[in-house]
Amino acid sequence: MIDFHTVGELIRLAEEKDVPVHEIVIAREMHDAQRSRQSLLDEMTKNWEVMQAAVERGIENEEHSLSGLTGGDAQRLYASAGKGWLGAHVLQAAAYAVGVSEVNAVMGRIVACPTAGSCGILPAALYAARAQRHVSDAAVVDALFTAAGIGMVIDRNASIAGAEGGCQAECGTAAGMAAAALVELAGGTPPAIGNACALAIKNLLGLACDPVAGLVEVPCVKRNGFCTVHAMLAADMSLAGVTSVIPVDDVIEAMASIGRMMPHALKETAKGGLAATAAGKALAARIYPSHG
Amino acid sequence: MQREPLSFSCLSKGGMDFMHGVFDIVGPVMIGPSSSHTAGAVRLGLMARQVLGEEPVKAEIFLHGSFAQTYRGHGTDKALVAGILGFAPDDERIREALEIATRRGVKYRFEPVQLEQAHPNTAILALTGASGRVVRVRGSSVGGGNILVTNIDGYEVELTGAYPALITIHRDRPGVITQVTQVLSRYEVNIAFMRVSRKNRGETAMMIMELDDIPADEVIEECREVCDVENAFSIPPIG
Repeated sequence: MIDFHTVGELIRLAEEKDVPVHEIVIAREMHDAQRSRQSLLDEMTKNWEVMQAAVERGIENEEHSLSGLTGGDAQRLYASAGKGWLGAHVLQAAAYAVGVSEVNAVMGRIVACPTAGSCGILPAALYAARAQRHVSDAAVVDALFTAAGIGMVIDRNASIAGAEGGCQAECGTAAGMAAAALVELAGGTPPAIGNACALAIKNLLGLACDPVAGLVEVPCVKRNGFCTVHAMLAADMSLAGVTSVIPVDDVIEAMASIGRMMPHALKETAKGGLAATAAGKALAARIYPSHG
Repeated sequence: MQREPLSFSCLSKGGMDFMHGVFDIVGPVMIGPSSSHTAGAVRLGLMARQVLGEEPVKAEIFLHGSFAQTYRGHGTDKALVAGILGFAPDDERIREALEIATRRGVKYRFEPVQLEQAHPNTAILALTGASGRVVRVRGSSVGGGNILVTNIDGYEVELTGAYPALITIHRDRPGVITQVTQVLSRYEVNIAFMRVSRKNRGETAMMIMELDDIPADEVIEECREVCDVENAFSIPPIG
């Protein structure tokens, strides 16, 4: 039976068997869930379709969230693609991520990946990659299994919940998953996939989960845009041969350890950080006048 | 704690060897904005609807902790009502659930409450059905859209919705449990988890069995025919 508990083991298995990383993840899931390969591919294809619909709705979204804190930024960003310092497709990728997060904030349909708060990063990176490299949807679906394998390990060895590990656990994990998927789509080796994941997570370590009024909006929505670009850079660094000095599983262990040290106020309680600023508190009082 | 159930492994970690599946990480498909405050709330509403077992006409919903504080911003109110109406966690009608409830003549009311030693995302749903039947279900959204129902009509329970469940209300007497489990045995239905709860010795008791398969109607019928069983009903797993 194929099984892995670390990214290192996942990569080693792929190398030993001379198959792409996603094949190891699929093989493990087939055994663990007692499902056929086709049923797994079908379900992931459906998730990819939901992701695409969310991206497409997101870049046209003008609606504001229930709280009024977010909405319309994806459209703004998408319209300015090509006019900024970053290349058009990079800005488009950021717009896709902000868009999916805005769809989430207006009670639209999304795929939690790994969570609702970080739901824009992976779809945005893959949607942009498909457009840029003309990769097939089947290849994207495969890459989603690779991303899932990385997320499963982080979930097991650290956390994917902001309440447990801060935002590094949500957006940090999503960026690591996206970087891994992008390297696979570019034809990178299994070690390059792990390395991209290490680079992406390393630079988001310690990220606080301090949302204003406790809502999945500020800073979450725009942060999804930042983290998508971050994941693209991590993938490009890894593909260029830049290696993380600290191996990926050690980086994940560091994430777990930082999560444990992090104060309660920075773990989705809306009691510290941005939520506790004067502006943050004023917004919370406006949104919940009865709890002022 | 009576058991070390799979349900708790979804809370955080069910031990170092536990690993979530692919679609727990890239998934589920859900309506935003929050897996705990929205998707989990839909599932709580769905569970209460299943316990009621008929079309609801009235819902009184008591919200505790973070649910009470942030329910409007997270759409927790819409999500709970959506579940009560029978919508799945990925149903795009969730955002219009309050209007749909009004159109269908389902009355609802929300009230913040402070409960002792309750999970921060806890709700009590008091539902009235078309026949006049009333149920009171207390549950918490424990993270990632997972829920734990902790009380039904005053009986302490632990129900996650991950498995089909069979519930009996019966007189607290020796032999009742054996007879019910014999029915299940005869139909080759396997019990995954089981819990019995009573208010007072010798009075009414509730037994909850989480099963590996959805029990057929005749299984429920036979359980109802067991002496001292007042009622038996099943709750399908919720999506």
